[in-house]
Amino acid sequence: MSSLTFQSTRPSLVKTVALTGNPNSGKTTLFNAFTKLRQKVGNYPGVTVERKTGTLMLAKDRVVNVIDLPGMYSLAVRSPDEQLARDVLMGRTVDTPKPDLVICVVDAGNLERNLYLVSQLQDLGLPMVIALNMMDEVERQGKEIDVARLSQALGMPVVPTVASQNKGIEKLKQIIAEGVTVFYQRGWRMAPDLEEEVEHLVRLLVQHEGMDRHQAFAEALILLSLGAKLKNEEKKAGPAQWFYKEELIRQINMVQDRLRLKGLRARTAAIEARYGWIKSILKQCVRDKNKRGEDLTERIDGIVTHKLWGWVFFLGIMALMFYMIFTIANYPMDWINAGFTRLGDWVTQTLPEGQLRNLIVNGIIAGVGGVVIFLPQILILFFFISLLQDTGYMARTAFIMDRVMSKVGLHGKSFIPLLSSFACAIPGIMSARTIESPKDRLVTILVAPLMSCSARLPVYTIMIAVLMPAATGMQKAGIMLSMYVLGITGACLMAWLFKKTLLRSQKPVFIMELPPYRWPSWHAVVIHMWERSRLFLKRAGTIILALSVILWVLMSYPRHEGLQGSDALKASFAGRMGTALEPVIKPLGYDWRIGIGLIGSFAAREVFVSTMSIVFNLDDEAGENTLREAFQAAHWPDGRPLFTPLVCLSLMVFYVFALQCVSTIAIVWRETNSWQWPLFQFVYMAILAYLAALAVYQLGRMMGFS
Amino acid sequence: MPENCKTISLNKMSVGQKGRIREFVVESDDCERIEEMGVTPGEQVEVVRYAPLGDPIEIKIRGYHLSLRKEEAALIQVEVLS
Repeated sequence: MSSLTFQSTRPSLVKTVALTGNPNSGKTTLFNAFTKLRQKVGNYPGVTVERKTGTLMLAKDRVVNVIDLPGMYSLAVRSPDEQLARDVLMGRTVDTPKPDLVICVVDAGNLERNLYLVSQLQDLGLPMVIALNMMDEVERQGKEIDVARLSQALGMPVVPTVASQNKGIEKLKQIIAEGVTVFYQRGWRMAPDLEEEVEHLVRLLVQHEGMDRHQAFAEALILLSLGAKLKNEEKKAGPAQWFYKEELIRQINMVQDRLRLKGLRARTAAIEARYGWIKSILKQCVRDKNKRGEDLTERIDGIVTHKLWGWVFFLGIMALMFYMIFTIANYPMDWINAGFTRLGDWVTQTLPEGQLRNLIVNGIIAGVGGVVIFLPQILILFFFISLLQDTGYMARTAFIMDRVMSKVGLHGKSFIPLLSSFACAIPGIMSARTIESPKDRLVTILVAPLMSCSARLPVYTIMIAVLMPAATGMQKAGIMLSMYVLGITGACLMAWLFKKTLLRSQKPVFIMELPPYRWPSWHAVVIHMWERSRLFLKRAGTIILALSVILWVLMSYPRHEGLQGSDALKASFAGRMGTALEPVIKPLGYDWRIGIGLIGSFAAREVFVSTMSIVFNLDDEAGENTLREAFQAAHWPDGRPLFTPLVCLSLMVFYVFALQCVSTIAIVWRETNSWQWPLFQFVYMAILAYLAALAVYQLGRMMGFS
Repeated sequence: MPENCKTISLNKMSVGQKGRIREFVVESDDCERIEEMGVTPGEQVEVVRYAPLGDPIEIKIRGYHLSLRKEEAALIQVEVLS
């Protein structure tokens, strides 16, 4: 049985290093320590898994590529993230080279379960080194790990590290520079019958696929762990260019049939054998000093998952987050606004009057500025998200909210993406990546924009002002709140509906680790915020820019001599579109002017307000009050007032449901890697918005309101 | 194991109770993932708490904390130790 041992005695020049390991093992902290800011975040082609790479400078002339693979618990993959990590490790991805060295980051405080993945990785026969991370926690647990012995038992170098304090990093760099020698010996056995079948499969794989024995052994175990019959289609999916010959598939299915007949559970036998082996290693290498310190995590959890205090704490954190997003963010938002206004003024003074100046000031600067203004909110949101994630509280929110989410068929992990969408659907949709089941993730993405984002606030504010000019603050807040509740209700209903129909899947399994609480690394938090805002600004500089130009063209052309302000607008493409739209939106109580507003706000919802200022011939500096007065004075040709209370309500309801946001569509397109889903989302939300606004207006009229 | 040991499913255990995993009632993909997370027959398990709304459960196994829904916990038979 030569598949038992693997030896690599020729350390070659390492060019590519892959970081792998369980989630919560501190993998990303190590990645940050290696690469500092020389990081690149992109996507793997064909999938929506984030691809994080960076470079490590070993010496002046020695640069090593570092890949930060998504965290995984096992090689028997369950999510696109894990699938990709496995494919890279096995050298199956098209554009990512097979790593020359694998650094497996292991949480020393959770050694037993972390070694399970190590045991699987050993099968692959890759040159590997263990970063035994979070050694400080081991001491706190009152334990001692014999590193030299562990290294010997695993057959590979083991480097104790505390990545958050940069400890052990130099030693790892030295190993990368020199290469490693590994000697693996499989220390575990399954039942003889099973071993025989595995060996049979190994021979088949060597013969038909030309694999080496180590790879064949790992592959054989993965194949045997497949529950259903193997089909080639499954293997072709994703970025891996890998599928088996027909003959081999037939043989594999025969082996599985035989096992089933004998009543052998190949899938669990290997798991149990591995854990048995791990136990024996731990017995040799870990000593319990019985000097256990106080378990801080236990004490914190006693509060934050308490039946009463848990909710108080939870609501407190959420309230603080939204308070920061909606109040503190106002200051930098004002600065950004002032900056763009000043830039616009400067261009106005510098350039001669004409269409170019008009395009730059009213198209580009106003359009891009209107989106960049949300940067502070996004920064604060991601500050909180990475803080919650890094401390371990995020897992607790999923833990306490899972029951609620399961009512509509979702997972506790869908909670944060939906919550984030109150600030902005874009980061919300991006944070849905942590959801393992692709269908659940899609449902979360589809309903996320129904949560009222901050861009709707300006629309709600002006509409409430027109609706009830004399209302008290409490009354205004009440209407505002009911809009939020309406959005949440819609999201729940649609999620439930999608789970029942279009995206039916088995109830997702909820197995989640509750990691110990840890101090966040501020360095990592800052890097995370920087990454997200860079992606956001990049989009503002490309897609939003292009759309701002298009919208400006639509609103400025064709030009008619002598026409000014709203008359010119009515004659423009956008005006004609608004006029063409009037018959459709008349049942909702809107005229062509509101139609232009709807078209204009397609770029971003808050653009509705500035578009309406142009429609009503107000100069840009007009405040909310002027616009309100203009709205109140607006009439239909027959003299009826346009903005009746019912129309205001109907408009607000329309904005609650409609996907009036190009950036969201762009991000959904990127995240789902298809144009069908964003299109579907746009259409379903448009129908929902139309019907809801129609119901408000028509039912309201039937009941005698105006 | 003495014969008089009580065997119940994991979701029926009370907070603080310890037990030894005996078996999974069915074999499925989900059970495999649970096993991969270290919940294997013969291993000792402790119920740490139930979530504020009664579901999911938090258990301690192999020195770490794991949460799973009652629905899945119902598939796991446990011999009660204390």
